[in-house]
Amino acid sequence: MTSSPLARLGEQTTDLLSTIGSLATLDALIEAEPSLTGKRSLLSTLQKSLGSLEPDDRRAAGAQLQAARRVVEEALSARRSELERAARVLQLESDRLDLGDVVDSAVVHALSVGHPGLIATTQSQLEDVFVGMGFTVADGPEVESDWYNFEALNIPPAHPARGMWDTFYVDLGEPETVVLRTHTSPTQIHLMEEAVARNSLPIHSVMPGRCYRRDTPDASHLYSFHQIEGLVVDRGITFADLAGVIETFTRAYFGSDITSRLRPAYFPFTEPSAEFEVTCTLCRGGGCRTCSFTGWLELGGSGMLDPAVLEAVGIDGEEWSGFAFGFGIDRCAQMRHQLTDMRALIENDTRFLEQMS
Amino acid sequence: MRIALSWLREFVELSESVDELTTILDDLGLVVEGVEVVGEGLDDVVVARIDDIRAITGADRVRLVTVDAGHGPLDIVCGATNFEVGNYVPLAPVGAVLPGGFTIAERTMRGVTSHGMLCSSRELRLSDDHEGLMILDSLVSPRVGEGLLSALAITPDTVFDISVEGNRPDAWSVEGVARDLATRLERPLKRAALATTSSTTTTASFGAAAIDAPDLCGRLTVSVFRNVTVAPSPSWVAQRLMNAGMRPISNVVDASNYVMLELGQPTGLYDAALVAKHTLRARRARSAETLTTLDGVTRELARAGRGLGDTGEDCVIVDGDDQILGLAGIMGGASSEISPATTDVLLEAAYFDPMTIARSSKRHALRSEASNRFERGVDPQLALRAAARYAEVLGASVPELEWLSEPLDVLGELPLPPTITVREEDVQRLLGVEIPGGDITSLLRGLEFEVSEALEGFTVTAPTRRLDIREGIAGRADVIEEIARLYGYGRIARRTPSWPEFGALSERQTFRRHVRDVVVDLGAIEAWTPSLGSDADFDLLHPGQARVRITNPFSAEESVLRATMITGLVRAWSKNVERGVGDVILAEFGVVFQHPSLVSEPRRARGGAGGTLMLELPSENERLTVVFGRVDDDATSAVAAWRVLSRRLGLDDVVVRTTNEAPPGLHPTRAAALVDRASGALLGYVGEIDGDVVRAIMSGPPPRRVGLLDLDLDALGDPAKATRAPEALRVPSRYPSAIIDLAFVTPREVNAGDLAHALKGVGDLVESISLFDVYEGPPLDEGTRSLAYTVRLSSNERTLGDDEISRSRKELISMAASLGATLR
Repeated sequence: MTSSPLARLGEQTTDLLSTIGSLATLDALIEAEPSLTGKRSLLSTLQKSLGSLEPDDRRAAGAQLQAARRVVEEALSARRSELERAARVLQLESDRLDLGDVVDSAVVHALSVGHPGLIATTQSQLEDVFVGMGFTVADGPEVESDWYNFEALNIPPAHPARGMWDTFYVDLGEPETVVLRTHTSPTQIHLMEEAVARNSLPIHSVMPGRCYRRDTPDASHLYSFHQIEGLVVDRGITFADLAGVIETFTRAYFGSDITSRLRPAYFPFTEPSAEFEVTCTLCRGGGCRTCSFTGWLELGGSGMLDPAVLEAVGIDGEEWSGFAFGFGIDRCAQMRHQLTDMRALIENDTRFLEQMS
Repeated sequence: MRIALSWLREFVELSESVDELTTILDDLGLVVEGVEVVGEGLDDVVVARIDDIRAITGADRVRLVTVDAGHGPLDIVCGATNFEVGNYVPLAPVGAVLPGGFTIAERTMRGVTSHGMLCSSRELRLSDDHEGLMILDSLVSPRVGEGLLSALAITPDTVFDISVEGNRPDAWSVEGVARDLATRLERPLKRAALATTSSTTTTASFGAAAIDAPDLCGRLTVSVFRNVTVAPSPSWVAQRLMNAGMRPISNVVDASNYVMLELGQPTGLYDAALVAKHTLRARRARSAETLTTLDGVTRELARAGRGLGDTGEDCVIVDGDDQILGLAGIMGGASSEISPATTDVLLEAAYFDPMTIARSSKRHALRSEASNRFERGVDPQLALRAAARYAEVLGASVPELEWLSEPLDVLGELPLPPTITVREEDVQRLLGVEIPGGDITSLLRGLEFEVSEALEGFTVTAPTRRLDIREGIAGRADVIEEIARLYGYGRIARRTPSWPEFGALSERQTFRRHVRDVVVDLGAIEAWTPSLGSDADFDLLHPGQARVRITNPFSAEESVLRATMITGLVRAWSKNVERGVGDVILAEFGVVFQHPSLVSEPRRARGGAGGTLMLELPSENERLTVVFGRVDDDATSAVAAWRVLSRRLGLDDVVVRTTNEAPPGLHPTRAAALVDRASGALLGYVGEIDGDVVRAIMSGPPPRRVGLLDLDLDALGDPAKATRAPEALRVPSRYPSAIIDLAFVTPREVNAGDLAHALKGVGDLVESISLFDVYEGPPLDEGTRSLAYTVRLSSNERTLGDDEISRSRKELISMAASLGATLR
């Protein structure tokens, strides 16, 4: 063993550790690293020299050397963190800026052209149409309880109709009680509850906002999307009014040559319920691939408020009646701008975004 | 649901064209999603027998098959594997043209030539089945070389693919669709032929039926069929099942499916020899019981599910020894399955509680044609009619079939059909159109509602199949929907309502639009980054902090609600940098979320079954985050933008106050809080993004500094927090202003805005104060800098004299001195 190449290993390790301790800057450390742990380092040289030993000795020596290498590498990494921290402190100090001292006239920048988002713009346009028709606009939260998202809308727990919405559940409270709203309808419940509490019926409101559905993203679906719904609760409101409001909106938003039609459908919160379709905006009703040669595009759902919903919020269904409708803001944007892949909306590529005006 | 036109015609005379029928069905709310012609273009396809199957060297997805189609052996390359030597399959020989216009040609691959194609049902447009070749053995007495159409006795037909809404279980059958058509077209609905019991032996002498859980099983009928011969179905049965997308199995099983498609009643079949005491009993599953269903999966029963309100209730069918035979209404077990040896069959036609079926089916992730129907509600009065129809259909292939008399019929709790009063005024009040009473009654009677004239309008009783019709005022709406649907939505004249209340955006919405306009004017591009991110994303700025997690995320990358938009925007910016288009300012308006445990007064809302719980919800904060990523941007760009924004928003006085406690994500020594002086409210932060954050997101050194403006729109939009400048406008003095410049050596800790504010407060003569220069360095002392302000002095009454200017100057200097600033 006296001739072991590792005879001085303890001493050599101590030397290496002291070298590491004396490295004063990150640059110095990076420069010294190959000589400490690299291929030409002392440790690597010793490693190669083990080849001449008997197998048993070689195994023991190898383990010894491995331990030493670990100690050196740990010291190096600790020193690196220390130096990085120090460098960051130095950097932060040299960066220090009192932002209260910024002199406006001294900040000079080239002109940049800004662009509003496609969804925000579309939402504003839709809101403006409805404001012109006498609607107010209401906002609501994106995380809701199951009561607001489902049960008050006449969709009781475990009801098969809950399966119509692929729901993201939030890990709070009892299972399946907190959800990312799957539609903006919960805002309708909030509005009606408030109106009852304040005794401030009627309601004529639209509610735009972001919703979530657990749906595989593809060219036509994202897991988060935007909806605008409308709610009217007033005296003497009928299905004819619903059809009239949808027709007025359709012509105002899509153009006077576009019309709407209703056909029976099922939604738990409305009765009677109707899908609404508009003339295909691409072929103007002539028939094309987009509308499957029917001349019509499905836009959204609507119907007269179900008595169960009115009851859930404490509105007397004998005195008041109303309707609700809803459709996708993103879908309107897609139709107007012939957007072939919705995923572009969340990819935020400057070249896409700067087309908005 | 796929329904053949020929089948519909058995129930109602239809002379309309396919297009006309499509329009009518759509208008009835039975939306036609597709129309297919089946059995056309198959003239060239023949029956072939598989004589040999060999591997092809170097190919593992296809094999070489030798078939005989009446003209000697033919080699065909085939990718399907569901057949063996001796099977009969359809062959499209070279030159054949398949439906859709696909012409079969000789193909050579891996040195082997294929002389035609062996076909699946879907390739022949006979059904949706594409799980392998169509196997003809069970369908016909196959004869090699015979044309497929004659072998299958197929006649061309049109198949409608109809989407039936969840509230219309009654329409989920051929008869149901036909009933709607008959009512709309004012034609009679024909009935399917029914068999009568053919034996003097009573069912009760052979077997027994019982219900132990009357709330779960409302009705259990059991019919016994003897002298059964299990064989292939007649071609008309097989073809209709295939048209509907179901695979024919045997006459006994197919007749059950046929009846389900035709009338809407699912039935359960048991080999009587395998059912102890020939007894069927419906009961609750007990804890720890298991069942191996026909799909081969062993399921633990009666275990509470994760779903809200799911107590784990399962209804099972057991035999006379209490052995579980199947999960009621969902799927049978393997133990009593029909086999070729079966001679006696127990047919169960029942009514199960829809919610029980819905919960069991969801909990066991087990959906079947039967469960889909039961969970929506099957007509409780249909059971014995379905049994009689089953006897008729099966009897067609088993002439000696014996149906024991007096089928067992046990009742549990059944829903009672509601009786509702509807007046003509109710219809007009809801629909806004006057529909004459006579039309109302004839429309409703077409759907088999009982209608009688009462003192107050009509008394309407729904048929038992209309389980969607409720009691009272809700039921009235349900009935009126039916009237409207059959009357035609398109016939209801539109009216545009008006009301005295005016339409408007809320102040908050107007404000948000204003902010967006200004930010865009400043050169920002609006982005939309994901609301859901990964744990790693969240930990980047909020390591270890409680987070709002999604219970059922699609992926770990989208499992946590964001607490900041900084991460998303920096990522969006860095991707644009990588694309070489990153010389931009990006802005996002959006909501960020906080776990309720981090909030002193969390948002609360009612929830849980019946809305009986008070739930704590995440707090939501609407913010505007702007990332200044242009080449020369840094914190000062963000500050300058903020100054523009705050002035455009008419904010009176917001201090840009350097903070040593910058929130995560901000550069620690280049950050300032935006504090409203009057309210003390924090409105947001301005500064630079911490280079370490950029480094982590870009996995490399940051290419440049990135400015940041992160505003709390909830605070900014609230005039109690973000103090607005007075609306009253000041008319500038007609007299000239005196302009003086003052530079003060000011201690570091004195904020330039605070000093300006103090100077402004000196007196009425001070018209405005603006900072125009900052100097730091020799000969000034460490810890001080020179702040140079331009001060405008003026009076509305006179031109200021030198003495007044000089007095004001002294007052300004002495005010500065009170803050520790000395005139330089």
